[in-house]
Amino acid sequence: MGIEVVVEGLTKSFGRQSVWRDVTLTLPAGEVSVMLGPSGTGKTVFLKSLIGLLKPEKGRVLINGVDMVNSPEREIYETRKLFGLMFQDGALFGSMSLFDNIAFPLREHTRKKESEIRRIVMERIEVVGLLGAEGKLPGEISGGMRKRAGLARALVLDPQIILCDEPDSGLDPVRTAYLSQLLIDLNAQIDATMLIVTHNLDIAATVPDNMGMLFRRELVTFGPREVLLTSEEPVVAQFLDGRREGPIGMSEEKDAATLAAEAGAGAAPAPPRRIVPQLEPSPGLPPRAAVARRRRRVMAMVDQLPPAARSAIRETYAADAAAPTLTAPSAGSGT
Amino acid sequence: MIIGALRQTGRLFALAAEVSRAVFRRPFQFREFVEQFWFVASVTILPAALVSIPFGAVIALQVGSLTQQLGAQSFTGGASVLAVVQQASPLIVALLIAGAAGSAICADLGSRTIREELDAMEVMGVSPVQRLVVPRVLATMAVAVLLNGLVSVVGTLGGYFFNVILQGGTPGAYLSSFSALAQPADLYVSELKALVFGFIAGIVAAHRGLNPRGGPKGVGDAVNQSVVITFLLLFFVNMVMTAVYLQIVPPKGG
Repeated sequence: MGIEVVVEGLTKSFGRQSVWRDVTLTLPAGEVSVMLGPSGTGKTVFLKSLIGLLKPEKGRVLINGVDMVNSPEREIYETRKLFGLMFQDGALFGSMSLFDNIAFPLREHTRKKESEIRRIVMERIEVVGLLGAEGKLPGEISGGMRKRAGLARALVLDPQIILCDEPDSGLDPVRTAYLSQLLIDLNAQIDATMLIVTHNLDIAATVPDNMGMLFRRELVTFGPREVLLTSEEPVVAQFLDGRREGPIGMSEEKDAATLAAEAGAGAAPAPPRRIVPQLEPSPGLPPRAAVARRRRRVMAMVDQLPPAARSAIRETYAADAAAPTLTAPSAGSGT
Repeated sequence: MIIGALRQTGRLFALAAEVSRAVFRRPFQFREFVEQFWFVASVTILPAALVSIPFGAVIALQVGSLTQQLGAQSFTGGASVLAVVQQASPLIVALLIAGAAGSAICADLGSRTIREELDAMEVMGVSPVQRLVVPRVLATMAVAVLLNGLVSVVGTLGGYFFNVILQGGTPGAYLSSFSALAQPADLYVSELKALVFGFIAGIVAAHRGLNPRGGPKGVGDAVNQSVVITFLLLFFVNMVMTAVYLQIVPPKGG
């Protein structure tokens, strides 16, 4: 089972420009979470802070009791072995073939025999669909293949926490859909805690158990996916509908005057959003262990959620009532 | 401005300390060390030998001309050999290590940094300092020491050739003045200088390579800075080491 990641009061700035302030959230163990946000809101910075590559000024990131911000360097290096990070463009070593790239963590951290390494690496290469390309150099393959190779390398040490930085950027919609399915299948197979940073709405709608959004140097919200998907918060609604009307402007955010003018013009309200069912693991794979855990967790907190989210959650879980772990809450069924 | 310079200096020393510590941390990257050693040696040996012949010749000619005017021609050998072994040789090594090897190391590390390769390495729990910088610094140090021996020999032979064949000096006087003035400590300090220069060149190249500013242009600037900074440091350190050596080691002829 994956490891819980607890983020407390994280604040990061570059010079005098603050990236985000006081971000507090918990990535539940073994579940898939998505962090949304318009371009340039510090999503990548957030990922790099989780893993200790960047040092926020304030706050803590707790993983197994190790604080990735303030702990001694040695403990941070040790804890990083639990992570797999998929970089935006793969970050492969340009001088090594794909095979050597993917084998790198194994050769550095384990004393496995070369035949054993070969077996594991080829298995991962097959998972990401790169069979036949293992001898190529990163410069000789397409961006999508580099991304998948980066994912294979992130997976090779059986990480407990997987972080994906914009897995969709540079991929066509079909490949993005395959990648979404791959991520869900992975979660079913190794039950790792996953955080995906993206601004792709398809991934956001179908993959995660939990969703959050960064905007205006703050964490707007983080919680079960239904909370964000039914949210009436103007920023969230605008982002999920991909509209121009709302607080997000071309350059980060709009000022009050523009917003008021927009409100006066009376833009047509967006049609209500429909919650798309979450992706299931491919046939033949075990069910995701996180599903039952999440259900218990969400049902325990359902009464504190906004009404729209509450009804959406009830609806989701009523649809597959056959699931054995259903623990209906005693208070207030329905809305 | 001043604070910025001090901060960079501090980071340079911090990296030097980190590298010194990481040298003793297992596992030692032997393969990377051999590869880098071979690379550094292959880009420096030939130019070093080619530079040292005329350099030895220039010193021999200059010293020969002076001693002739002073009527001390029999001491030409000792003087020119000491100048070659103690000063010219470590500096030639320093120029080549910094200019040829350091710039290549800086460019290599810099381009890896901007492609996020080093971040990826850190994420995988592998320290880039231990994995990449330590073997490179050790390689530049080892090559510098060995190269210094080569340059000393070639420079001395060049000086001998020009003094004896072209200026009409006598081989006997050349060799006897050499053994009258030179002592093993001269060679030791020369090698020590080369070792220190190799270390400085490696550290500065790595430091600039690990911290390029911005994209590809930043890597180019970093290489430029690394060579300039190394030269400045090396000539300064050379001055200090020479001054200290002349103070603490008694001259043989005196």
